[in-house]
Amino acid sequence: MPRLDTREKLAILADAAKYDASCASSGTKKRDSAGGKGIGSTEGMGICHAYAPDGRCISLLKILLTNSCIFDCHYCINRKSSNVRRARFTAEEVVQLTLSFYRRNYIEGLFLSSGIIRSPNYTMEQIVEVARSLREDHDFRGYIHLKTIPDADPELVHKAGLYADRVSINVELPTEQGLKRLAPEKDGARIEGAMKGMKAAIDQGADEKKRFRSAPGFAPAGQSTQMIVGADGASDGDIIKRASTLYDRFALRRVYYSAFSPIPDASAVLPLRRPPLMREHRLYQSDWLMRFYGFKPGEVVAAADDTGMLPLDIDPKLAWALKFRERFPVDVNRAPREMLLRVPGLGVKAVDRIIASRRWRRLRLGDIARLTVSVAKLRPFIVAADWRPTALIDRVDLQQRLKPATEQLELFAA
Amino acid sequence: MRTAFLAHQEDFEGWRDAARSLALSRVPPSEIHWQVGDAPHDLFADEAVLASDDGPAFSVPRPFIELARSVVCHSDPERFALLYTLLLRLRAHPGAMEDAADPLLQRLESMAKAVCRDIHKMRAFLRFREVEGADEAGGTRYVAWFEPEHHIVRANAGFFVRRFASMRWSILTPELSLHWDGETLKEGPGATRADAPSGDQVEEVWKTYYASIFNPARVKVGAMLKEMPKKYWKNMPETALVGQLIAGAQAREAEMVERSRAKMAEGGLAEAVAAEKRLQPGGNALAAWEALVAEARSCTRCDLYKCGTQTVFGEGPLDARLLFVGEQPGDQEDLAGRPFVGPAGGVFDKALADAGVDRAATYVTNAVKHFKFERRGKRRIHSKPDGPEITACRWWLEQELALIRPPITVALGATAARSLFGKAVTISATRGKPHALEAGETWVTVHPSFLLRVRDNREEEYARFVEDLHAIGERAKALA
Repeated sequence: MPRLDTREKLAILADAAKYDASCASSGTKKRDSAGGKGIGSTEGMGICHAYAPDGRCISLLKILLTNSCIFDCHYCINRKSSNVRRARFTAEEVVQLTLSFYRRNYIEGLFLSSGIIRSPNYTMEQIVEVARSLREDHDFRGYIHLKTIPDADPELVHKAGLYADRVSINVELPTEQGLKRLAPEKDGARIEGAMKGMKAAIDQGADEKKRFRSAPGFAPAGQSTQMIVGADGASDGDIIKRASTLYDRFALRRVYYSAFSPIPDASAVLPLRRPPLMREHRLYQSDWLMRFYGFKPGEVVAAADDTGMLPLDIDPKLAWALKFRERFPVDVNRAPREMLLRVPGLGVKAVDRIIASRRWRRLRLGDIARLTVSVAKLRPFIVAADWRPTALIDRVDLQQRLKPATEQLELFAA
Repeated sequence: MRTAFLAHQEDFEGWRDAARSLALSRVPPSEIHWQVGDAPHDLFADEAVLASDDGPAFSVPRPFIELARSVVCHSDPERFALLYTLLLRLRAHPGAMEDAADPLLQRLESMAKAVCRDIHKMRAFLRFREVEGADEAGGTRYVAWFEPEHHIVRANAGFFVRRFASMRWSILTPELSLHWDGETLKEGPGATRADAPSGDQVEEVWKTYYASIFNPARVKVGAMLKEMPKKYWKNMPETALVGQLIAGAQAREAEMVERSRAKMAEGGLAEAVAAEKRLQPGGNALAAWEALVAEARSCTRCDLYKCGTQTVFGEGPLDARLLFVGEQPGDQEDLAGRPFVGPAGGVFDKALADAGVDRAATYVTNAVKHFKFERRGKRRIHSKPDGPEITACRWWLEQELALIRPPITVALGATAARSLFGKAVTISATRGKPHALEAGETWVTVHPSFLLRVRDNREEEYARFVEDLHAIGERAKALA
């Protein structure tokens, strides 16, 4: 086949990488390029330099080193039995591409993943070489996120952690059964073993940093993972419990959910219709409830219906509140923070401001309205100085009144 | 009327000095005019702010200083007066900064938030372009043009210096320009867009990346516009592609569907396609069904798998126009691994024959796919499945329905009806007429095992069962 130039390779390999949802560039330690010979800085807060029409932000240059692969995972467009065009970057090409984009402020850094060629160790070596060249040859101080390969040698994975800000391994599917069916060559136990090893290395790196200031940093932004939603039969409850387990056992920074989307050259065992994108959104909202609002996984699952699926028309926090109405209304002038965080419509920042303000005045409904986006949603669940919901909280049709207006269905929808 | 002079639009130090003097003199906000720059244009302004020694010095909390430093960068001319009003209030009530519900404080905080957002968007959406030989030394320089909403360029200078310290760059805006030579930051006068370079050779590569990273199966234009407002688009090269990407998204998804059909039509003739459809309906339906059967064998969704011999999956042609759902496999079905082969299956086959329905053209399955029983001596006596067990197995039934998409689905018995309807229903109330469900048209009748158990009116019940099946068969033909 004819030799591909850089632009053609980029088109093929970025297209192959778009199913990875991760694009964060935050959570690492602060660095800048003052006094160095290279460019790049990280400021703690991630920056999204562009947004694509699918709503996802473009923060990093997200590419695969190659989309050839020896594995045959059914959900993956790059699987061995697929007929997609293949391409491959050299390490130097990735480095030059990253630097030229970064100089123009197009990206915050690099996200590098790869199909597996020759052997997991060989592929991991190539990935590490890209990061090493950026850090050592070019003194690049921006963000680097590396995908690690569970089957690769632990020493290679450790090297990746030395150069990268964040590392990640995908668990791919929420259940062992789904993994066996759709990715038969992948081993759930080996994936989890690799994540456990990464957690130990991160802990050790942080400990060394505490004792010796000059110790090298090890993946200061931690590790993350990703699950595919809707390719197998796992319910939302299964996914939430799985995510909670992963957070607890491996000290993950993030779990990403990627709704299964139709791919060209689809494999026969995939579902014939894709899950609604709203389902992915509800899972992210549940993730937030567990990480920032103090919900336990069992409580989030309690908001689901009998089949374990979260409602698509209302968010899980509202669903939980409607199900456990006996705990409401909450007095905003007296309630503890943990209870205020459970009021639908009150975010973390709003709760912080309520707690600060009520030292100086008894809050009225008008005051609450100024602190939140939508007072209509939370009125049934709070008591204020001049407001009581009376019978509103007990209405049978409360959910109907609070959920978004139903849209007219499209006459010519496909 | 007093006039306070400020050196430039975001002169925080000047504002602080003037505000301190004015506050010590207890001048009310309505009597102060805040003048940016040199030329006074208020004819009624008289005395300038003079140094004052009235009263003792006072301190303000640190959050106020941070808030003021941000708000001073806002583009609203009223910002100075509002900050001064809050400063006077702080002298009277030192805790005013913590009263987040206060309308004045909230307005100032929203102004600070707008400034912070503008700073962030400038860091994100500013685009450098490379200019060769622009310097005296003949080196490369990177030039960017940006149009901020607020007076934030000076506040953002530090960020770009830290990030691109070893790069020579310039940032041009309508208000002022910044130039960095690797060691020193210089400030220059405002510029126009024509002063910036018009293109860059890497932009085409960047556009290629932008087009490729977009997933056409999940268009969310609203989310994009919310985070990347259109006012920034003219200075970002990749936004030229947005229109065609959105228009192309539906086409690409339709193309994926069409390509699957084209594979079937590669034989060439419509008859070949029809023949292929008869042999393997639904394209990959047979492979998908086989995968479902294999996976169902290891199903552990409820506890019934612990007792039964095996999973008893559905059976029949995948282009069936009739799909019958029974309750669960019986003793013989559990051993054989096939549905409707026990005594009830015999009654079912006979009734279908009497009703004129071809059993071989129908698909038969069960709502619950494991045998639930209680042991009495050596015999295994049927036990009715519980709600959670029906719900757990419903996923498999939904997969079968999605795969086969029969025009008519028939629930045999209350358990099957519960699985299809999602709630408990009575047979007498739902029997004999079609119901529109998500899976399509659905009918309800008794399970053939009921005919084995009934004692008195067996012949009448059997005749009624046959009549139901006949009506359903006629309906299936009508829908063909």
